[in-house]
Amino acid sequence: MRSAPLPRPVGHCRFPRLQSTASARGGFVSPITLSSAELEAAHRAGRLEWPADRLAAKALEIRRDIITLLAKSQTGHTGGPLSCTDFATALFFNELNIDPKNPKWADRDFWHFSIGHVTPVIYSQMAERGYFPLRDLMKFRAFDGHCQGHPSAHDTPGIEVSAGSLGQGLSICCGVAKGAKMDGHPRRVYCVMGDGEQQEGQIWESAMFAAHYKLDNLCGIIDYNRKQIDGDVQDIMGIAPLDEKWRSFGWNVIPCKGHDMADVLAAFAKARAHRGSPSLVLAHTVMGEGVSFMADDYKWHGKPPKMDQAELALKELGTSYAEWSERLLAH
Amino acid sequence: MKKTREGFGRALVDLGEQDPRIVVMVGDLSESTMVHFFAERFPERFIQVGIAEQNMMCVAAGLAAVGKIPFLATYGAFASCRSADQMRVSVAYTNLPVKIAGAHGGISVGPDGATHQAMEEISIVRSIPHMSIVVPCDFWETYKATMAIAHTPGPVYLRFGREDVPVVTEKDTPFTFGKGEVFAPGSDLTIVACGVMVYEALRAHEQLAGRGISARVVDLHTPKPLDRELLIRCARETGAIVTAEEHQVNGGLGGAVAETIVQNHPVPMEFVAVHDRFGQSGKPAELMDAFGLRAKDIVEAAERVLTRKRGR
Repeated sequence: MRSAPLPRPVGHCRFPRLQSTASARGGFVSPITLSSAELEAAHRAGRLEWPADRLAAKALEIRRDIITLLAKSQTGHTGGPLSCTDFATALFFNELNIDPKNPKWADRDFWHFSIGHVTPVIYSQMAERGYFPLRDLMKFRAFDGHCQGHPSAHDTPGIEVSAGSLGQGLSICCGVAKGAKMDGHPRRVYCVMGDGEQQEGQIWESAMFAAHYKLDNLCGIIDYNRKQIDGDVQDIMGIAPLDEKWRSFGWNVIPCKGHDMADVLAAFAKARAHRGSPSLVLAHTVMGEGVSFMADDYKWHGKPPKMDQAELALKELGTSYAEWSERLLAH
Repeated sequence: MKKTREGFGRALVDLGEQDPRIVVMVGDLSESTMVHFFAERFPERFIQVGIAEQNMMCVAAGLAAVGKIPFLATYGAFASCRSADQMRVSVAYTNLPVKIAGAHGGISVGPDGATHQAMEEISIVRSIPHMSIVVPCDFWETYKATMAIAHTPGPVYLRFGREDVPVVTEKDTPFTFGKGEVFAPGSDLTIVACGVMVYEALRAHEQLAGRGISARVVDLHTPKPLDRELLIRCARETGAIVTAEEHQVNGGLGGAVAETIVQNHPVPMEFVAVHDRFGQSGKPAELMDAFGLRAKDIVEAAERVLTRKRGR
């Protein structure tokens, strides 16, 4: 009689199918690139540490995933995921100390996309890295899938904190980084932000916090593609000079060419080596990178390609919808 | 007379002793929210965030995501209205065990005026899935509520006031998260109250008794999750309900009780609350009088509801 109806426990999954997958997917291997030996090694060591050329090859596959899942769903964002693809691939396949088979592994690094709308790239990285089967990508934004339009900790194992309202992610990562400092835990924390998102006031609250508490285990990454949903960032609400702003807030700013894998890796290495203040990787990117007719066009921010456009895009990426969707559905 | 917020501050210290996961955060209001006791005792687990409530809400989410039990403290107006989006997306949607303390709730904050008189928290927080709300009535209940919510799963909003208020409970008075307590027996009607209005309800109980009216008083310290079983029983047994809260009438405790009552056992109801207006500067006692939040207002509401009950 005295037992109160309590909220659902953390990590509860809405779909029983996924819960069982989560526990049973220990042997899941993406046959496209990850061998079981590699997965085992990563499981032991935490990091995969792929070299730049292999990361670039994986990034191409990620772009194919993004276009394919968007073509299937006919809803979702295209431009941002494609500008994030390269540094996100470097994060997931080189930088992060994670165990996708055990998303809550105590020694994991923490990653969070404050730009929740780039779920196509987030889910593709997660699936390719082994958090869940690739075929789940084909149920992006679908009622019978777990891949919500914006990341949901409630639905997808591996998503740690839900996102989708811009400006909040860096604060969350500050909490994780501060908690790690309090515990003397070696975890590193990575937060992906958008450039348009810099217009949110809370970004600067968290920037102050991170510098004040010298959170050198925290690395912010800005996808600096200069576009937002209504147009060019400089026309909507100017944010320049972004590097000076972050430097003046006490951050170690590391500019990098966001589509040059070697440069991205070097930027992450610099952030990792830096002590005494948080680091910001300012990744100069191109919205819609990888597909000629999408590149640098803000109109691709928030819409998916129609099927004929997807076919054109996939052709540029070296495959076709039939071929790539079949590969996704097979695994 | 004792401050509810002191119950919060003292409980945090005891929690800190018991559980190393307890972390306390504040937005430049350490003494007002009485988290300074914790800060003195556990400086390594105390985080000053500065005047940045939205950041604080999400930093708490991050701490909770990696195993801490964060309590964050600021004024209720800022903990609810200002960081409602952060509470909704980062904390509640994720269902993280963040404990949000909204101090200086209600109009009895006094001279600071409307901006600092939080009277919307119950309705705002109640409408967010996964969130729970506790509104304790005095020092001891705030102490016990703080201890209780630390280890409940999920996020909780704890609301308490600024002023010294009469202590109506004792150290041993039962407190169960999610359950109301009958503080005074009665059969003609039930007064359901939370926060400082529990004291006013007990005074109303006495005044009504003097007029031959038997009013049951229920301390419903947890507006969510609501103790539906107790409320339905009270409706059945007394046939009339008056709710009393130091909060806007829209969507508050009264609204929550009414939703349950009309669906299960409809009886006449009256609502003692702030009726859709902003507060103003004044002494706390003056404001409680002026905004109709006194025992006499509960008595009048009781007489109205009884007239309707008899007329059925």
